[in-house]
Amino acid sequence: MSEDAHIALKDLHKSFGPKRVLNGLNVSVDKGHSLVVIGGSGTGKSVMLKCILGLLQPDAGSIKIGGQEVVGLTGPARDAVLSRFGMLFQGAALFDSLNVWQNVAFALIQGKKMAKAEAYNIARSKLEQVGLGPEVANLFPSELSGGMQKRVGLARAIAAEPEIIFFDEPTTGLDPIMADIINDLIVSCVRQLGATTITITHDMSSARKIADDIAMIYQGEIIWQGTAEEIEDSGNAHVNQFINGLADGPIQMDQSTA
Amino acid sequence: MNPLAQIGMVVRALFEEVGKLTVFTKNALFPGLVPPTYVRQILQQMLRIGYNSLPVVGLTAFFTGGVLALQIYIGGSRYNAESLVASIVALGITRELGPVLAGLMVAGRVSAAIAAELGTMRVTEQIDALITLSTNPYKYLVAPRLIAAVLTLPLLVMIADTIGIMGGYIVGTRSLGFNSGVYIKNTVDFLEFGDVFSGLVKSAVFGFIIALMGCYHGFNSRGGAQGVGRATTNAVVSASILILAANYVLTSLLFTE
Ligand SMILES: Nc1ncnc2c1ncn2[C@@H]1O[C@H](COP(=O)(O)OP(=O)(O)O)[C@@H](O)[C@H]1O
Ligand SMILES: [Mg+2]
Repeated sequence: MSEDAHIALKDLHKSFGPKRVLNGLNVSVDKGHSLVVIGGSGTGKSVMLKCILGLLQPDAGSIKIGGQEVVGLTGPARDAVLSRFGMLFQGAALFDSLNVWQNVAFALIQGKKMAKAEAYNIARSKLEQVGLGPEVANLFPSELSGGMQKRVGLARAIAAEPEIIFFDEPTTGLDPIMADIINDLIVSCVRQLGATTITITHDMSSARKIADDIAMIYQGEIIWQGTAEEIEDSGNAHVNQFINGLADGPIQMDQSTA
Repeated sequence: MNPLAQIGMVVRALFEEVGKLTVFTKNALFPGLVPPTYVRQILQQMLRIGYNSLPVVGLTAFFTGGVLALQIYIGGSRYNAESLVASIVALGITRELGPVLAGLMVAGRVSAAIAAELGTMRVTEQIDALITLSTNPYKYLVAPRLIAAVLTLPLLVMIADTIGIMGGYIVGTRSLGFNSGVYIKNTVDFLEFGDVFSGLVKSAVFGFIIALMGCYHGFNSRGGAQGVGRATTNAVVSASILILAANYVLTSLLFTE
């Protein structure tokens, strides 16, 4: 956790009505590093990413991207920050009114005002990078399997060559083999771009594959952060319970959210 | 609970909703009217709102014109004023029934469709995805629908007016025994430009209401498929009520003589 971290969240708070989701969360990621955030369902992992992107407004705390405070930015300043990000959403969130290549090229055509033909070529090469041939370029998202949707979502996230990429549960809902393929694609795409990434998952094999650093979120705070090697003997009871998938331990599943 | 507190909560909720709607409208109009506009999106929406509503609007207008002719004939015959049928059908259709009924029918179709579409986009995070891809969803999704509906409804109502008057003409000449030439002459002579124009102005306002309610409820839907269902119902109900209320206000403020 150096002073010049690429992404630095400090004492982040976010509640929805009476429900406290983030409760003084601190985490930072160095440039070019891959941070994996693990934690149970409904613990605020997606909310954390949405706060960084400005999709949700934190109640208190600071978010710095490359040293620049981004909480409260609006208009062109917000757009400028957003153009540095790519995001793969939990359900892929492909636009179902657009076909595959239009989805992938969306940021290029709408955001960067690139000419159609040029954007199409880039979309094709990004699709190739995630292992999809030209035959899928004109299909619509509803015609794709879950794994293919994730691949298209990944291609869309990297299309504008962002310096920061977020992956929200990239392997949830996929079979183990497809999950491993997606993990490999994430690693290769990120390495090629040299991007800084935050990946959310509760799939430990995915975490071990992707992570430089791992952080665990529990009750709205980061309760442990360390390197991928250190997590195996973290000495933290919560972490041990989670990575070994044990029902017994200090983490009590709240019945109402489980 | 204290009844005063309860009234207070209802009033507060109402003002909160009005405030949210105002902010939503402002967010949609300001970036929406600043170029570049998404012309493609606007044309696409005009096709979906207008062209696809033609059958339902046409049928509604046709039967309404017909039934209006029958009723006016019955009422008019009590005062030996049957000859008024043609002119009152024309007046009733262009000033009131054309815009209001077309507005209500389109509210049922289009508000619901918009709310369901944007609601699904909201709950599947497509709207969040738009923002992360540097696209303002108000400008890309909401504004084109508002603009398209405001442009399309008057066109639809022009067609509804024509078909409605034709419905009256067919009933008048076929079953009420009017002479075709006299019926047409009565219609044309009596109708003023202001009658048609007032109906078209109303319909543009109704178009705005229809798209706004669909977008607002869809955009703010929460909680999966159930939330989308709720948004759809709310869109149709609120659009219909607002159309009827706006119709009264517009008529009493602008179009009385
Ligand atoms: N827009 C919202 N409005 C209200 N509550 C929300 C919203 N987004 C998330 N929440 C709540 O915040 C909690 C954390 O959600 P989330 O971050 O999506 O969990 P996860 O860690 O599984 O990604 C959940 O209980 C969820 O119900
Ligand atoms: Mg989540």
